[in-house]
Amino acid sequence: MPEQPVVGRPVPRKEGRDKVTGRARYIDDLNFPGMLYGTTVRSPVARGRIREIIFGDGIPWDEFVIVTARDVPGENCVALILFDQPYLAGEQVNHAEEPVVLLAHPDKHLLEEARRAVRLDIEPLPAVFSLDESLAQKEIIWGEDNVFKSFLVDKGNVDAAWESADFIIEGEYRTGAQEQLYIENNGVIAVADAGEGVTVWGSMQCPYYVHKALMKLFDLPETKIRVVQVATGGGFGGKEEYPSMIAGHAALLAWKAGKPVKIVYDRAEDMAATTKRHPSLTRHRTAVTRDGKLLAMEIDFTVDGGAYATLSAVVLSRGTIHAAGPYLCPNVRVKSRAVATNVPPHGAFRGFGAPQSIFALERQMNKVARTLGLSPEEFRRRNFIRAGETTATGQVIHEEADLAGLLERAFELSDYREKQERFAVENETSRTKRGIGFASFMHGAGFTGSGEKYLESVVGAEADTGGRVRILAASTEIGQGTNTIFAQIAAEALRLDYDQIDIAQPDTANVPNSGPTVASRTCMIVGKLVESAALGLKQTLVQSGFLADDYTPEEFRAACGRYVEKFGALKSFSQYKQPPDINWDDEKYQGDAYGAYAWAVYVAEVSVDTLTYEAHVEDFVAVQEVGRVIHPVLAAGQIEGGVAQGIGFALYENVVWQAGRMVNNQMTNYIIPTSADIPPIRVYFDERTTTTTTSGAATSGAKGIGELPMDGPAPAIMNAIEHAIGVSINHAPLMPESLMRMMGGELVEV
Amino acid sequence: MSKSDFQVARVAVNCTVNGAEQTLHAHPLARLLDVLREELRLTGTKEGCGEGECGACSVFIDGEIVNSCLVPVAQVEGAKIVTIEGIAQSDDQLHAVQRAFIECGGAQCGICTPGMVLAAIDLLERTPQPTEADIRAGLAGNLCRCTGYIKIFEAVVHACRDSAMKA
Amino acid sequence: MRAYLPNYELRVPRDAGEALALLADEPGVWRPFAGGTDVMVLLEADKLAHRKFFSIRHLTELRGIDVTPEHVTLGALSTYTDVQRDATMQREFPMLCQAAFETGGLAIQNRGTLGGNIANASPAADSPPALLAYDAQVELVSTGGARWVAYSDFHTGYKQTVMRPDELIARIRLPRGVAAGWTQYARKVGTRRAQAISKVCFAGVARMKGALLEDVRMAFGSVAPTVVRCVRTESLLKGQRLDAATIDAARAELAREIVPIDDIRSTAGYRLQVASNLLEEFLRRLRAG
Repeated sequence: MPEQPVVGRPVPRKEGRDKVTGRARYIDDLNFPGMLYGTTVRSPVARGRIREIIFGDGIPWDEFVIVTARDVPGENCVALILFDQPYLAGEQVNHAEEPVVLLAHPDKHLLEEARRAVRLDIEPLPAVFSLDESLAQKEIIWGEDNVFKSFLVDKGNVDAAWESADFIIEGEYRTGAQEQLYIENNGVIAVADAGEGVTVWGSMQCPYYVHKALMKLFDLPETKIRVVQVATGGGFGGKEEYPSMIAGHAALLAWKAGKPVKIVYDRAEDMAATTKRHPSLTRHRTAVTRDGKLLAMEIDFTVDGGAYATLSAVVLSRGTIHAAGPYLCPNVRVKSRAVATNVPPHGAFRGFGAPQSIFALERQMNKVARTLGLSPEEFRRRNFIRAGETTATGQVIHEEADLAGLLERAFELSDYREKQERFAVENETSRTKRGIGFASFMHGAGFTGSGEKYLESVVGAEADTGGRVRILAASTEIGQGTNTIFAQIAAEALRLDYDQIDIAQPDTANVPNSGPTVASRTCMIVGKLVESAALGLKQTLVQSGFLADDYTPEEFRAACGRYVEKFGALKSFSQYKQPPDINWDDEKYQGDAYGAYAWAVYVAEVSVDTLTYEAHVEDFVAVQEVGRVIHPVLAAGQIEGGVAQGIGFALYENVVWQAGRMVNNQMTNYIIPTSADIPPIRVYFDERTTTTTTSGAATSGAKGIGELPMDGPAPAIMNAIEHAIGVSINHAPLMPESLMRMMGGELVEV
Repeated sequence: MSKSDFQVARVAVNCTVNGAEQTLHAHPLARLLDVLREELRLTGTKEGCGEGECGACSVFIDGEIVNSCLVPVAQVEGAKIVTIEGIAQSDDQLHAVQRAFIECGGAQCGICTPGMVLAAIDLLERTPQPTEADIRAGLAGNLCRCTGYIKIFEAVVHACRDSAMKA
Repeated sequence: MRAYLPNYELRVPRDAGEALALLADEPGVWRPFAGGTDVMVLLEADKLAHRKFFSIRHLTELRGIDVTPEHVTLGALSTYTDVQRDATMQREFPMLCQAAFETGGLAIQNRGTLGGNIANASPAADSPPALLAYDAQVELVSTGGARWVAYSDFHTGYKQTVMRPDELIARIRLPRGVAAGWTQYARKVGTRRAQAISKVCFAGVARMKGALLEDVRMAFGSVAPTVVRCVRTESLLKGQRLDAATIDAARAELAREIVPIDDIRSTAGYRLQVASNLLEEFLRRLRAG
């Protein structure tokens, strides 16, 4: 038996050796015999009617495979939530970069020449380019009112609370689009024919999403569609829904060509055409008493969904539920909506709506504190939610939820109080102003509400004659460490060595649907299923008399050998069962929104250069309670990576739009933080192994951490900038150009 | 214009790659990145941006780190090229930096890792005992979207300790 | 790779003579290709209008850094790494070393060349402001001979230079006067701390005599169609006491001298304001000694 428990130990990453030696094979590293390359001809205009597709001169078109909307064998829509997005626009385009024609050819260079030679004759229609224009219904571009989805969360009686308020504080906050910028672009290879069906290999987070989409696109039964995830170079949500699109495109070409087709985007195409974080607008109206107690919060939250519904409803949902944050307030009303614009659909990105609404809330909390004459921490302390109290959706918190304790710890680690005072003095004379600020927040782990119940995720485990155990799940390794933590959890459950556990490649032909790799659910929800599937192997062996309850790894091996010899195979499956005490009302948006919450306080220290209006983060402390930490190095890596993306969201990453197109779609001009821009990030886990969560027994004891670190940095940084220069920043990203305007920098008189 | 244009335009370029002599056949402006990946099947060198910004395509040419997406193959005549595949002594004997990346969690999704490992090796060859500022500057040409760089910094520090103990 | 490579040519001449002959025989048809750090980016994006190139990177005649009592002379193929590593450059021309250090990442610095940076004529290039402040001269060679031109006369318009189509940049020469008695100040502004494309780039050198500014040369990048030496602001400042009124007047003059624009990286307003701030910072530093 291993000497110490494998869970909680920083075992080496399963695929680490392949990654550091360059042996890991990503989609663009694979080639099939006879393979063609595919490319996409996209709309240059944001909205219009397609009059004609013109194939220009000088290209040997007879050598090309050409696919348009007319070639779709099944339904021309990407099956997700609503079926409104076509794979290929037929009569009308609704956003720039919308796919219209697909081309394939063995020579990828000639393919580019051909792509340029296709001209789309499109009659332009009036278009809507911003959330504000959509809300104002400047043009109706989707449904009856441009609204994909709206929610209302109503707790207590907000309308009755205003009268008894000592102060009512209003605020308006905006966040911009953000590109996921995984370093590996989207890519797939497809093989398809009428007899065998369709197989797709690719870079993706959710093989079964792709599987579902391809069934509809080709009108084929599930057994005729196979989707395989290969090594994936980052996702962050950007490979949640989009792979269904590119996989469909490659498969359509392969279907027509009768040959394998590879489509791998280059950076410019990936940035311009694929999903980004939803831009948002949040309005707050907050009622408080003179002694700093929250009385009422009225929150109006809008996200820009882009041209099609895609996942906007779900992103909106998470943003809506997190909008009131980790505070106790008797009266809360959150009204929210996702609206349509004629830009490429926005989609999943780490945090999934929560970073947007939390940004607004944590800026508003500072504003309210200032109005009250309280410090930001004192005001929050008086309102932090505690065990037994209810959230905006009426969920009773069963966790310890010690935000005051986390706050104290974060302040100690960051020397918050000392720096607050010192910077105020130093800033009097210094041209570089420094500031320190924080944000406190929570993030719900797993799918919202009844999501997990409907998913009914399944994980399998199988053992071979040598006693090697293989975990069968569709949960993908995208860098976050799925393979490693699953192996740890299985090893601990079976009291085997970590190296004795393998993780099957996610392949819909071989693994059950353990649900999408999203929503910080993999460790918490799927991890528990891994544990029970693994334990199922042991139970089978024990029940069949091959193994005693107490065993050595040797005995386990021998038992597996005997069992497989006798019965042919040793497999076990485990399916998610929602605990009976979780209640969620999808209509009223009331109840237990999430099975568990991670709690956090992040502190940012910034400097603002008054010559250049550039702000930089100089130090960062991330304190969180996330339940049980399965792998301390991977967990810290998740937090650090999320914080870095949060810093980018706050200070660097600005999507420049022109007529609905991203025009800075290069890494040179859409800038993410480099190693020189990231401060020391000190990560601290307040580990409570005995934590009680609403979903208790249905989880591995770990709460999700993937998305949490995206929520806190932007508001903490803006709060720190406010401390440094006394200017209130209510939008992200904060580029130096806008900071200049806000600091009153004026044009030199000419 | 036809498929054969490429054949016509090809030149032969002699160089060594990971110690082995090679004659590469390609258009003189073909990117070294593509030739390594497609002709030699050395796919450890990755493409992230195609404009010299992300460093995923880093290789060594005559001991200097370069972005192979910006090097036309005509310019590597006579050069000694080392890619990520040429870094480990053997399957069992990884380079100290590779071991450190595994141990410290310096690789997450792994797509920037080959380039990042080369950048770290380059840094340690020029500056065996780097300060934090040296590490930040030395790796600034290699973008990582997963780690926030902290575990990569730790890996570099770990690797120098590792090498120092061996020396 | 978006470009269709068969449309392009890259030749490899045996030596500098053959390279110059190529330029002379078909003027304007062939262009030199040095480190490739700009050209390859355009090629990748299918934005490279010119089609025929010849590689000069292997021409050792165009490399090396030579120090005489009057000048430091850099071969046009000196890379940014070469510039940073040279001891004389570090000591006497720190602004150029800083510009080299701030150009892309190390992998770019190992390939990109000073001559290429000049010939590419981008108004956002990092090294030209320092070269202007250092009063650099550029040697242009052709089969007809060689000529030196002042770098301040080199750029004539957006991506336009005084180079004839048969000429090649051979060397860049820096007068060594600025080492003693001059103050140097350079600042690149590009939002992030490494690998940025500049939004404003400043380099200035000046010599004080008591409280008066005796001599000054300064230049900006990214604020006009070319990098600009701010001669009018310089003449306003020369012989002046650097009090608040002078600084204000200098800021106003600068605003008339530069013509920044809005683009995807920044705004005209920001560029103007920051350029003025950097000028003021430079002058304050001079005043403080």
